[in-house]
Amino acid sequence: MENPIEHLDKIYDSRIRLGIMSILMVNEWVDFNSFKEFLETTDGNLASHLKALEKKELITVKKQFIGRKPKTSYRATAKGKISFQNHLDALEKIIKEQK
Amino acid sequence: MATKNEQLENLNEIRSLMERSTRFISLSGLSGIFAGIFALIGAVIAWWILGFKAPGYPEGITSISDLSYKQLMWYLFMDATIVLLLALGTSYYFSHRKAQKEGVPFWSKSTRRLLANLFIPLTAGGIFCLILFINGNVSIVISLSMIFYGLALYNASNFTLNEVRYLGLANIICGIFALLFPAIGLIFWAIGFGIFHIAYGSFMHLKYDK
Repeated sequence: MENPIEHLDKIYDSRIRLGIMSILMVNEWVDFNSFKEFLETTDGNLASHLKALEKKELITVKKQFIGRKPKTSYRATAKGKISFQNHLDALEKIIKEQK
Repeated sequence: MATKNEQLENLNEIRSLMERSTRFISLSGLSGIFAGIFALIGAVIAWWILGFKAPGYPEGITSISDLSYKQLMWYLFMDATIVLLLALGTSYYFSHRKAQKEGVPFWSKSTRRLLANLFIPLTAGGIFCLILFINGNVSIVISLSMIFYGLALYNASNFTLNEVRYLGLANIICGIFALLFPAIGLIFWAIGFGIFHIAYGSFMHLKYDK
């Protein structure tokens, strides 16, 4: 029998990365400051987690200027959505099997 | 290996973030109760302005009061505007207070989304009603204001607590009845904006505010 734990993606071990993907599953574009509000974390910490997800092509970045203020927004890629969905399915499976 | 409890915690965190990032959940039940009370007072004042007669009265609005037509319309307009401002003001106050108590930001992406989804249909309906009102169609305005308000609530319910949907539906139904029975339109107005808001607000206050 296969072990469902193999399907859990290591990248979602971090609470912040898990949170980022959860928010991006139900929102189209989300900017940096909104993430900060929802996840209650510091700029540096959040930026490094976003960078990690971006590197794996799970999210894409858009940079704009609103007046003179730069605004960075993020969106989950198709790959990211599938990967996170698989992670959720695996989580669900583990919990069911341990019942 | 992560334990079952850790995984459950993760799932709860995911669910809560999905919810919080799309819905404004600090909407206070108390604001519904106050909006209802203001609406009831407003309806009684409107009834008094109209000389205790219904605006759909067959003789027409001009002959049912000692006031001039222009004065009458002005008083009704002021009455409705004050009720609206008081209701919005208390909603803001109580929801802001609730957000602070829960330690969540009041002004966030989900707040903006709720406001846009509430106020775009509501403003369109408001302008439409205002034009009808200026043209003297008071009994239709009583009904339409409720229908538009109900549709706006129904739309906004996707971005806040789900129960708002039923308040929206109740107001749409009241609006339709007000149009069917214009002679007692003001009574439906008082039920929709008054009684239903108080009932909804009390229910929500007991369920979510504590």
